[in-house]
Amino acid sequence: MSQRAVVAMSGGVDSSVAAALMVEQGYEVIGVTMEIWPEMTPLAQSRHAGCCSLAAVEDARQVADRLGIRHYVLNLRQRFQEQVIDPFFASYELGRTPNPCINCNHGVKFDVLLKRARELGADKLATGHYARVVTEDGGHRLLRAQTPDKDQSYVLYQLGQTELSQVTFPCGEFDKPTIRQKARDLGLVTADKPDSQDICFVADDYRRQLTDSAGAPARFVDARGVDLGPAPPISHFTVGQRKGISIPHQQPLYVVALRPEQHQVVVGSEQDLFHHRFLLEQVSYVAGVVPDQPFWADVMVRSHAPAVPALITPGREQRAEVALTAATRAITPGQAAVFYQGDACLGGGAITRVLADQAAAVPIALGVGRETC
Amino acid sequence: MHYLDHAATTPLDPRVKDAMLPYLDHAFGNPSSIHRLGQEAKRAVETARRQVAELVGAKAPEVIFTGSGTEADNLALFGLTEADGLQGAHIVISAIEHHAVLHAADRLERLGASVCRVGPERDGRLSVDAVLAALRPNTRLVSVMWVNNETGVVQPIAELAAALRQRHILFHTDAVQAAGHLTIRFSDLGVDALSLSAHKLSGPKGVGALVLRGGVPVDPLLVGGAQERSRRAGTENVAGIVGFGQAAALWGSEQSTRQSHLEELARRLRQGLATIPGALFHGATAENVGHIVNVRFADVDGEALLLNLDLAGVAASSGSACTSGSLDPSHVLMAMGMDRQEAAGAVRFSLGVASTEQDVAAAITATAQAVERLRHLATSTGEVSR
Repeated sequence: MSQRAVVAMSGGVDSSVAAALMVEQGYEVIGVTMEIWPEMTPLAQSRHAGCCSLAAVEDARQVADRLGIRHYVLNLRQRFQEQVIDPFFASYELGRTPNPCINCNHGVKFDVLLKRARELGADKLATGHYARVVTEDGGHRLLRAQTPDKDQSYVLYQLGQTELSQVTFPCGEFDKPTIRQKARDLGLVTADKPDSQDICFVADDYRRQLTDSAGAPARFVDARGVDLGPAPPISHFTVGQRKGISIPHQQPLYVVALRPEQHQVVVGSEQDLFHHRFLLEQVSYVAGVVPDQPFWADVMVRSHAPAVPALITPGREQRAEVALTAATRAITPGQAAVFYQGDACLGGGAITRVLADQAAAVPIALGVGRETC
Repeated sequence: MHYLDHAATTPLDPRVKDAMLPYLDHAFGNPSSIHRLGQEAKRAVETARRQVAELVGAKAPEVIFTGSGTEADNLALFGLTEADGLQGAHIVISAIEHHAVLHAADRLERLGASVCRVGPERDGRLSVDAVLAALRPNTRLVSVMWVNNETGVVQPIAELAAALRQRHILFHTDAVQAAGHLTIRFSDLGVDALSLSAHKLSGPKGVGALVLRGGVPVDPLLVGGAQERSRRAGTENVAGIVGFGQAAALWGSEQSTRQSHLEELARRLRQGLATIPGALFHGATAENVGHIVNVRFADVDGEALLLNLDLAGVAASSGSACTSGSLDPSHVLMAMGMDRQEAAGAVRFSLGVASTEQDVAAAITATAQAVERLRHLATSTGEVSR
């Protein structure tokens, strides 16, 4: 009997082709689509044209039919609410800018969905992510996709050895045009869907909801704490933002930091956005082992950001400090910093605090292990 | 495939299909037409009306054919409440109604009516007193289903009908799951309106009926032609209606053999499932139609179990499917006092006249295996199963 694989089908072209590739590899494939949106109100249906929307469920079903595989819709609404939507709001309240894709992967896809896959008797869970898993010497490594510009290993950094032994990313070996061509050759309805269909609309949708909502009013201040006038609630802002700062000034002003306890939105010039050092929490390592020494890696501070060489100093309780070798713009609490060595994703953590630059950036990091404890 | 999901829908009886075929073929007339083809279609619809009326002990003119059981429920809720205008209207429903009633009531509420939803006892049965306690001087309509589609629990319809008749309050019952399985004497009962669906009775999909006591005014949902005595406009689904009539007639003539067949299979199914460790039956202590078996197995998730059953060739269900086809925890079980997780563990097996001993045996074996496997998986991976 052939091995069974569950493929998470979002209704986009990548996961459609992932399902097709798993069929080609000889697996008995079961497609599943997650039902995650809180309510199927007409408004929700029109807005949620993206991942896992009702329309996307129909597309996934059609693709499954075309491939001749079984397909189920799994109700993960409650889980999505608890793991993605609630933390999303909570995070903004704390003056952070969350990445909902990472929470969805960690708390939903590679958790409860992986469990469902095992319950369905599957040996593998495949998704449409552009990344690769390589197994050698009994260990599993998470690698960037073959095509760097499509690479999605950033949102997968929390995967550990257990998860990696059970997941596979068949699209990771190909570039996007090849995936699209493959979908066209197979006559899949999703072949020419725009890329945006693959992404989740939590960010856009709920962000709008947040900025419409009331909250404790804040004050604009400068870096020295000088009050510059009234501001909307801090949940309306994210670091690097220029819009919504109603202060007359010769140069453009940007949000350079948020201080939730004091309800302060710190503004400054573009140069004030550049920093070298920051702290991480909930740091995880793909290999499952916390390095006992500071180590060098290339660090991405947000999705699609360039990787910057940095010295990472692991601390206790899953903390770490990162010192970048180049000043980097808008390092944002709530976003993930992800570590790479070459193509290999080593892990990462959530940015909690950006540290003020001192005279020389890099050497400082060596001595600051204490601060992270 | 072993099909144990007859409360969702039933396969079409071949004799019903044969009765329908002429109306999908040469007898295609419009019942409203003056010519012979039209007259032939009209005769067929009226024969079916008598057959359906007979199954539930009603008079033929009391039967209004609709496009579904849902439409019949909607017609009752909107048509009986709106007849006198909505402002100040009060209606009472149970909390365990089908969504066709629940969501109709929600909309009535948005339109200005007030709605009281009465919860059941823990055993799934409504107390007559609780329903009566919810009445107000301006209560216009009460709607309580006869047999719950998830648990099979039989509701006290005769008692409610008698009490409401005394108080001159209109009473509607959704009898979609009751028809055929229970003897219904509409004319003697004192119910004003009763919903039926053909496809739960080995008939075709796309046809239902509201049986409405003579003289009760109803506002139509669909307006247009004068079909169904101007209570439901639109050219009749002749083949569907003929199929409904034939299905009703077959239930009428074979009711006792069908009921004993179902009782025997239901007994075996319950017995077999009860041998699986941690089996907990829902709605089994109250009066129950029997052929609907709602059960959960401690520490086993209903969705996981259902998908495993499907992979093993056994079709069952749980709760009610939401738009996308995924499962929501049952509002019925939660109204009975279960928490979300308990309700999410529920699986419903429902037997039909075409079910066999082999189907029952296969369902028991597949369930036992799946339950064991899922429990083993949960312990071996060290997970706390929900």
